[in-house]
Amino acid sequence: MPVQRSDALPIRNASDVVAVRQLVRTRAQEAGFNLVDQTRIVTAASELARNTLDYGGGGRATVQVLTETGRTGLRMLFEDEGPGIPDIELALRDGYTTGHGLGLGLGGARRLMNDLRIESQPGKGTRVDTVRWR
Amino acid sequence: MDRIPILKMGRFLLVTIQVDMHDRLALALQDDLTARITETGARGVLIDISALEMVDSFIGRMIANIASMARILDAETVVTGMQPAVAITLVELGLDLPGVRTALTVERGMRLLRSVLRAAGELEEPSDADDEGSDAGPAE
Ligand SMILES: Nc1ncnc2c1ncn2[C@@H]1O[C@H](COP(=O)(O)OP(=O)(O)OP(=O)(O)O)[C@@H](O)[C@H]1O
Ligand SMILES: [Mg+2]
Repeated sequence: MPVQRSDALPIRNASDVVAVRQLVRTRAQEAGFNLVDQTRIVTAASELARNTLDYGGGGRATVQVLTETGRTGLRMLFEDEGPGIPDIELALRDGYTTGHGLGLGLGGARRLMNDLRIESQPGKGTRVDTVRWR
Repeated sequence: MDRIPILKMGRFLLVTIQVDMHDRLALALQDDLTARITETGARGVLIDISALEMVDSFIGRMIANIASMARILDAETVVTGMQPAVAITLVELGLDLPGVRTALTVERGMRLLRSVLRAAGELEEPSDADDEGSDAGPAE
C-alpha cells in the first residue's frame, strides 16, 4: 500500500491531543473525505489520542494518507509504552472503563473507522492501528 | 490558563464555544458554569456549539455533567447549533445526552428556556408574541 504522506506527532499533554485532531482534519480534507467522514475520523483520533495520553502515559500518533488502486485511505497509528491492555475484547466493550470515562472511546472509534486493530502487551505498551477508506 | 467567557442575559447564562477545546479548558468551563449558576441564581444555561467541528466522548460528558449539575441547581440547559455531521458522529460514537435539550439556533434556544420558565409560572410576560414574530421574516 503506497504511503503518500506520513507525519508523526508526540502526545504528551492535552494540547498535543488538540494538535493531533487538527493534523488529522487537515489530512482528511486533503485526501478528499466529505465533511461527515472528516468528523468521524477526527472524533476517532481524539478518542484514541486521549487514551494514549491518559492510560498509556503519553506516546505518539502517526497519520498517513494511503493510496491503493482506486481508493484513498487515512491511516492513524497510536503507540505508547504504557501498562498495556490486559483484555482487549473487554476494553472494546461499550461502557467498560478503568478510568472516569464513559467507556465509549475504543468501541466508538471502531465504529467510526473501517478497520481498527489493537496490539498490546502488558507492561510493554499499546498500539492501535486504524484506517478509514474513501 | 485561558477560560471560556460566560455571559449573563437576564436570568440565563450564555456560553459560546468558539475554540477547539483542550480537556482542561472543558473542565474549567464546567466548574465556572456551576459557580456562576450558584452566584447568579440563573434559571437557564445556553451553550452554543455551532462553531464546534467535533464532539467526542470527553466534551459530550462535559455537556452532560453541566446539564445535571444545572438541574440540581434548578436551571435548565439547552445546547444550540450542533452541526449535522457532529450529530451523526455522536450517535455512531454511542453517546446520548440525557437531560440535555437542543435547539437549532441561539434564538430558538432562548425561546425554549423562556417557555420552560413560563410553564413553571415564573415568567411574568404573558405571551411570546415578539419572539414568534422573528420567525416570520428577516424584519427583526
Ligand atoms: N493506550 C492504552 N493503554 C492502556 N489501557 C488503555 C489504553 N487505551 C484504552 N485503555 C483501556 O481501555 C479502557 C476503555 O477505553 P475507552 O477509550 O473505550 O474508554 P475510556 O477511555 O475509559 O472512557 P471514554 O473514552 O468514554 O472517555 C480504558 O478505561 C483503559 O482501561
Ligand atoms: Mg477513552
